[in-house]
Amino acid sequence: MYAVELHGITKRFANTTANDSVTFTVRSGEIHSLLGENGAGKTTLMKILYGMQQPDEGEIRINGVKQKIDNPSVAIRLGIAMVHQHFMLIDSLTVAENVVLGYEKRKGMFFDMAGAVQAVEQLSATYGLKVDPRQKVGDLPVGTKQRVEILKALYRQADILILDEPTAVLTPLEVVDLFRVLRELKQAGKTIIIITHKLNETMDLADRATVLRAGRNIGTVNISETSPARLAEMMVGRKISFDQAPLSAYPNRTRLLEVRGGVLRKHHVPVLNGINLEVHGGEILGLAGVEGNGQTELIEAITGLTPLDEGQVLLAGRDITRQSPSQMIESGIGHIPEDRNKLGLVGDFSIRDNLILGYHHRSSFQRFKLLKINHIKRFADQLRERFMIKSESIDTKVKALSGGNQQKVVIGRVLSQDPVVIIAAQPTRGVDIGAIEYIHQQLIEMRDQGKAILLISAELDEIRKLSDKIAVIYEGRIVAYGSRDAFDEFELGSYMTRGKPIAETGKEANADE
Amino acid sequence: MNRLVTLLLSLLGAFACGALILALAGYDPLEAYSALLVGAFGSKNAIANTLAKSTPLIFTGLAVAVAFRGGLFNIGAEGQLYMGAMAAALVGVYATGLPGLLQAALALLAAGVVGALWAGIAGYMKVKFRAHEVIVTIMLNYIAISLTNYLVNYPFKAEGSVPRTDAIPAGMQLTKLMPPNQVTTGIFIAILACIIMYWMFNRTVYGYEIRAIGLNEDAARTGGISIGKRVVLTMFLSGFIAALAGAVEVLGVHKYFVAGFSPGYGYDGIAVAVLAGNHPLGVIISALLFGSLRSGSMNLDRQTDVPTDVVVMIQALVIIFVAIPWVIRKVKLMRKRGDSVGSQS
Amino acid sequence: MIVSLLSSTLRISIPIAFAALGAIFCERSGIVNIGLEGMMLVGAFGGVWGSHLTGSAFLGLLFAMLAGGLFGLIHAVLTIQFKTEHIISGLGINLLALGLTTVLMENIWGNRGRSGLVNGLGTIRIPGLVDIPVIGPIFGNTTILLYLLIVCLIVAWIVLYKTVFGLRIRVIGDNPKVADSLGINVYMMQYIGVILCGMLAGIGGAYLSIGDINMFSRDMVAGRGYIALAALIFGGWNPFGVFGASLLFGFAQALQIRLQVFNIPVQFVEMLPYIVTILVLILYRNRSRGPLAVGKHFRRGEA
Repeated sequence: MYAVELHGITKRFANTTANDSVTFTVRSGEIHSLLGENGAGKTTLMKILYGMQQPDEGEIRINGVKQKIDNPSVAIRLGIAMVHQHFMLIDSLTVAENVVLGYEKRKGMFFDMAGAVQAVEQLSATYGLKVDPRQKVGDLPVGTKQRVEILKALYRQADILILDEPTAVLTPLEVVDLFRVLRELKQAGKTIIIITHKLNETMDLADRATVLRAGRNIGTVNISETSPARLAEMMVGRKISFDQAPLSAYPNRTRLLEVRGGVLRKHHVPVLNGINLEVHGGEILGLAGVEGNGQTELIEAITGLTPLDEGQVLLAGRDITRQSPSQMIESGIGHIPEDRNKLGLVGDFSIRDNLILGYHHRSSFQRFKLLKINHIKRFADQLRERFMIKSESIDTKVKALSGGNQQKVVIGRVLSQDPVVIIAAQPTRGVDIGAIEYIHQQLIEMRDQGKAILLISAELDEIRKLSDKIAVIYEGRIVAYGSRDAFDEFELGSYMTRGKPIAETGKEANADE
Repeated sequence: MNRLVTLLLSLLGAFACGALILALAGYDPLEAYSALLVGAFGSKNAIANTLAKSTPLIFTGLAVAVAFRGGLFNIGAEGQLYMGAMAAALVGVYATGLPGLLQAALALLAAGVVGALWAGIAGYMKVKFRAHEVIVTIMLNYIAISLTNYLVNYPFKAEGSVPRTDAIPAGMQLTKLMPPNQVTTGIFIAILACIIMYWMFNRTVYGYEIRAIGLNEDAARTGGISIGKRVVLTMFLSGFIAALAGAVEVLGVHKYFVAGFSPGYGYDGIAVAVLAGNHPLGVIISALLFGSLRSGSMNLDRQTDVPTDVVVMIQALVIIFVAIPWVIRKVKLMRKRGDSVGSQS
Repeated sequence: MIVSLLSSTLRISIPIAFAALGAIFCERSGIVNIGLEGMMLVGAFGGVWGSHLTGSAFLGLLFAMLAGGLFGLIHAVLTIQFKTEHIISGLGINLLALGLTTVLMENIWGNRGRSGLVNGLGTIRIPGLVDIPVIGPIFGNTTILLYLLIVCLIVAWIVLYKTVFGLRIRVIGDNPKVADSLGINVYMMQYIGVILCGMLAGIGGAYLSIGDINMFSRDMVAGRGYIALAALIFGGWNPFGVFGASLLFGFAQALQIRLQVFNIPVQFVEMLPYIVTILVLILYRNRSRGPLAVGKHFRRGEA
């Protein structure tokens, strides 16, 4: 019996077709992995199932009955629940309030907090998901927040659970715990769909997997009959290498970028708590860490957006701690921001205008504050060619480009200005595999030219593939530092969640509190 | 091209809506609209009047548009033009002994600087205190009007019962283009201002930075642009231009500062800017439209019993209709079904 | 003297408090409302018109509420349905209100400055209460709208913090995507918030006309709608804070009227409330943190 059937689903957006006549079926009581690289259409397809999007064509059947899912409350009524990649939680409210919101426990018009707490406690006990109902969600660690999301789904008596990249923000240990919970839910008869691009986890957990590529369903396989390599090939359409990049051949010993004793406070709380790090010329330092441990503030300090309260930032030995952002850029700090749409690009500006953003003061682009229009045009055309930015023309607004091409604009801009240090924050987030490989190549090339690269990424795979040295940031300090092979996944995970190596924590390693 | 069609559609919608309201209130819309038309374009005098009424609107429309491009809402054009007018009048009365042209230039400069500073207060408050510039500029409007009222009733009051300053010397008065009507060379100054602003936005680093801030402040900041400095600069520019509206009225139309001389030019500027899509050159045409409404309304009063505030209503409707972005999208969406949103924002 | 000052403060703050109270619901649901001024103005007009038509000031009050609600609906449709920029919609509404009320006023009474006199709400005298010193004259012999205001404040507080509706509205303003993913109808709640705001602002405007001078004059709200916005910010987007802020502005205004007796030129004194507003915005800059998603358009289905 099929719990979910999607037949011929097509969804078009302004400049892409996210889903192209996709047929996707899920059996009752199975764990089904929906695989694909970034931009393959997985999330869109599931948003359609959950009613957050409407298909242009196609049909949905739930438990054999044709349904029209206009909005999430219809989906919820049908027993479908979605646990989003970016948690849909209200930080200022408690766990109980977050869980029941939308289907609140009431006394007439009034909100019944006690009833909500009780409901959460019951569910928590039934499914082994430990939470404190009265705690504010904003205070919870990421792994616990995810539990709250799952409780939300269970509270709504969901039988079909959709999880969107559930392990993206979890450490390896938290992933183990999540899998335990999911297996228990499967035992209880729930149907689980996991959207993911992680092959190892699919092999570990799922019964079947469906691969989407460029909006089309490439095929559905039984996990017992396939392999990661085969799945990867389906996802990408060709064989891809899992190899690590070659280590830097000529790391020169110069410390190009240093942070000494960096302290940065936000609302009186030290977000950077005496952080020390150094990046040498001709080296990629990969900074691993769970989001929210000070990465953003570190970047802000180095790029001049929010200067350190205490401590120093040094560029080739020169103190640049108090420089303004434009001075930092002029000094040779190239910044590839983690959120390109928010921080890196002006969506309504043309590609050409975006290619000079941050560097528009340079004498190659302006004289006496007048822009050198022809020079800029030539420069932009050159970059477009060199970085293979696909678009109709150089005057196209950047917001019309795909994620990969947008990132190329940012990277092209930074790399073409011969920076001394490059800060690459989540450089391949939301970018398709072809572009990912290209971006990785560019970073390696820059490294080989003697630049110092600070790579900050939530993808441990990316860090381990590219870095010469790895460091882990935890609660605003560096808690681990060594060459790329010095740590394995689980060691890194322990540093990332606890700030300590596994050996120190011993038996506690299995509990997750 | 698409843009122009939607603008025309919006205008049509606004006028149609206005007609409906008129009809409901018991007036004859056709009578009203034809009176407006005659009053705006029906004779040489009418056209001159239209041009005269458009002149201050070009300035205030440009001022508001410049601020909008930088992501700021300058609702204070009214106060800025009062301050500018007062400054111009005072230069005229007290900076005597200068050749007329020089004195006029000085008056305009003084007005601009005063307006820039007045608007700069709001800019500074936004940067330093995160105070919303809509509220601050509106408060400054009331303060400016009260302040200039005081000045014109006490220290700088001329003889007689009218609350006004002394007259400025003839040498610095702006030449009338079609006497005895009120349109002056001021309109050329206004158009020049538009051209300069157009050039500034597209050819200078400042323009680039201001536009970036208006479109994505975070990206601009990350790109090293100093938000604080540019916000204040934007308000300076905006205030300078708005003040010129007042100065030109003093130098060309009234020849002195008189209390209450502005029937809301500063607020009209908002409508002008919205209709022009904040384009510095488009402001000229947009101002002409609203100027014609204003001059047409004088005829409305003469020929019909339709209240002149109908023009205020139509202005409001134009703002509303033009500001609705859906018209563009509806046209696109008519081919696709469903609630597809695409990448538009 | 003090009593009379306090009494004036209270009375003057009534329209501002109503408008600001309404604005809480509007902004908390994510919609910026610069159009308070216009909603108050049509409320003022509606009150007079209703009283003129029916002879009853209470029916006039009803008219006022409906008029304000209608303009709230317009703002809602423009911003929620058509995704118009909130601030521009608000400005358009203010202008439309000005033009419309003046046109109608001229139509009915033939005068472009003022309407005729109508029956007003008058004052209520509460026998026992009136005789208590200090409190008596302030609360015991005053417009019924003051009592209505106090009731509304309490009800608003309860609704906002104790009911399911209030919980949801607070969530929507901070994070509409989350609310939507939970099955909450964001659009509908925003509509309710804005229309409610219009109705309350309309009542506030009605105080100015049928609650006070029993007639309507052109542009009679004179900036109070914007002051109400400042009160909203200063008051921290909650009912009692906003009431306190309104009292402050009422005090400034009441003081200003009394200062005119001295030899200070009237214009300086006139400026007082507006200067106070600016000072408040300076001093309370940290409070300028409203609902997180206010001013942004919510679109279901955006990635």
